Amino acid sequence: MRILVGDMTDPVSNPVKPHPAARIKLARDQASHVVVAIGGAWRLDADLPDLDRIDAELFAEPGPASIAFETSDLVAWDSGLVSYLASLAWRCRERGIEVKEEGLPDGIQALLRLASSVPERRAEGRDEHADPFLRRFGLDFIDLARSTGEILAFIGEVTLALRAMLSGRARFRRSELWLLVEEVGADALPIISLISFLVGLILGYIGDQQLAQFGARIFVADLVGLAIVIQMGALITAIVLAGRTGAAFAAQLGTMQVNEEIDALRTLGISPVEFLVLPRLIALVAMTPLLAIYANLMGILGGAFAGTVVGGLSPTEYFTQTVAAIGWNHITQGLISATVFGAIVAVSGCLRGMQSGRSAAAVGEATTSAVVTAIVFIVIASAGLTIVFDAIGLS
Amino acid sequence: MSSQAAENRTDPMSADRPTKPPSAALQSEPQSEPISKPTSKPTSKQADPHILLDAVSVGYGETVIQRDLSFGVRRGDVFVIMGGSGSGKSTLMRSLIGLLAPQAGRILFDGESFWGAPEQARTRRMRRNGVMYQSGALWSSMTLEENVALPLEQYTNLRRGQIHEVAVYKLALVGLAAYCDYYPSEISGGMRKRVGVARAMALDPDILFFDEPSAGLDPLSARLLDDLILELRESLGTTMVVVTHDLASIFAIADDSVFLDAATRTMLTTGNPRDLREHCEIKLVRDFLSRGGE
Ligand SMILES: Nc1ncnc2c1ncn2[C@@H]1O[C@H](COP(=O)(O)OP(=O)(O)OP(=O)(O)O)[C@@H](O)[C@H]1O
Ligand SMILES: [Mg+2]
Repeated sequence: MRILVGDMTDPVSNPVKPHPAARIKLARDQASHVVVAIGGAWRLDADLPDLDRIDAELFAEPGPASIAFETSDLVAWDSGLVSYLASLAWRCRERGIEVKEEGLPDGIQALLRLASSVPERRAEGRDEHADPFLRRFGLDFIDLARSTGEILAFIGEVTLALRAMLSGRARFRRSELWLLVEEVGADALPIISLISFLVGLILGYIGDQQLAQFGARIFVADLVGLAIVIQMGALITAIVLAGRTGAAFAAQLGTMQVNEEIDALRTLGISPVEFLVLPRLIALVAMTPLLAIYANLMGILGGAFAGTVVGGLSPTEYFTQTVAAIGWNHITQGLISATVFGAIVAVSGCLRGMQSGRSAAAVGEATTSAVVTAIVFIVIASAGLTIVFDAIGLS
Repeated sequence: MSSQAAENRTDPMSADRPTKPPSAALQSEPQSEPISKPTSKPTSKQADPHILLDAVSVGYGETVIQRDLSFGVRRGDVFVIMGGSGSGKSTLMRSLIGLLAPQAGRILFDGESFWGAPEQARTRRMRRNGVMYQSGALWSSMTLEENVALPLEQYTNLRRGQIHEVAVYKLALVGLAAYCDYYPSEISGGMRKRVGVARAMALDPDILFFDEPSAGLDPLSARLLDDLILELRESLGTTMVVVTHDLASIFAIADDSVFLDAATRTMLTTGNPRDLREHCEIKLVRDFLSRGGE
């Protein structure tokens, strides 16, 4: 390989002396011929002249027919000079100006030849110009419509896979399902404990302060119990799972997309939806209600802590009141919500993972998008479910 | 160009190739039941091509990468898809293995349209193909043995112990039997490729597709892989479609080939690479096959 750095001074014997600054000068010896004189040290780490500055002078009408170089003052050079000359030569060629490279050091000539030897070629039909605002807006809108379609198509595929599973034809590994159940369920217990206990505590504390004003302190048990069991327990669980598990699903499937692992499944005739999405969906749908029950208990415990320590109720009193306040209909509401939320988290995580592009950045986007999608749909579903429960008389 | 391709389709050159019974490799495995391999009938089908492309265009979205590809792959041949980097070899292979619908034209396997068929039929067809990906594409959450075993678990009635034996045997074929319980992230890139080959062979497929099998392998391993490809072809009669630009490997294994050109976005020629090197009238192809110098 050729040396990339030419240095006409010896840096070892002369280490301290600073290099002279890079210079470039144009001289028109005849109207149609320009000599470009290059001097000083042209290094990437030095202050290099700006190509645009000599542009105007060089191409001033009438433009030259040819340019040549003069480099007797050149002290040192590296890619800084070569890239400068390469773009200069490129601009000249665009204007049909002949570039005479003979005056340049041999190394630079060779590198310039190398840089221009591989013809530039790109895939046809790829345009990269910036779109005007309205066009972008329109494209975004089309994207939105398409993504809705994709979500529906994905749900359709998942439904077909579910049907295949019910008839015992779905292909996935049971061992993987157990691993997922553990990952989704057991491993989430600590964080769910912490958050639901604290939410119960906060609800209890604020409730106690307000209810104390009209001497109804005991009703803090009703307030905490109902809020947690009907809504908060399921919601806390779902949001923790969206951040913890939904994101993980998207990242896993996205990475598999990058590594062509999903292609490898497809070409084997194994449906990635059956093999990858189904076990994740089942694991989440099975575990979310269980985790929600656990979150309910921890939340009530948090409320009891506030009620007894701050509110001065006795533990027996508090629990009797809680048990009296909560009916089966409330518990059912919470569990149905939790199941729906679990499905939402699983589907958003897997959908975004399967849609992921084939790069590290795309996997990151897929992960973020999985969490956002899940939370948006959880909130929408929770509002919708409240209406449904009301309509069927469950509340 | 198309007349040349048509000529190849009817070329009876491979008629004298020895065709051993398809399950020869598995017979060294006494306990295993014969795997449900759709057996080919070599004698009757020798003349008509195993894979036939008819004016196929491939590309992404609106972008055409290769157009007007027409050629046939004979049963039991090692067929090489060659061409410069970025010419669309991998893209064409994605269409052949069922991952990317061609933009135009037909791909026929055993005379049956592949992309025109309903999805179920296509899936059945895909199952009979083995694919080795350029990057290995091993399932990262499974050990090497599980990777090779998965196709067997899904598509055969073998018992657990038998699956283990077949999987270890396939890994042994690529020299990796000692690494059964390693995960893909714990082995080198070249080893991953070899496991990819073992997994592609798991079901004794009709057609094996290889994307750059020897890239990233040391010369000896590359040579061993070439030998393995030839060995499998001899013993199982498998048709091999190999994407490669490794000249040594091309001359060692190829019976037939197609040359894709990036500049004109189409195939320039088909034929045996040795003949092409000597007699092809297109200079680019001769240069490619002789590394630019005669
Ligand atoms: N997912 C994609 N979307 C759009 N264009 C792509 C995509 N993948 C590849 N291409 C384009 O298709 C062309 C051919 O790529 P391909 O991977 O088929 O080349 P190749 O012949 O396999 O090259 P190599 O020998 O380097 O592997 C390239 O120009 C590339 O820009
Ligand atoms: Mg490729």
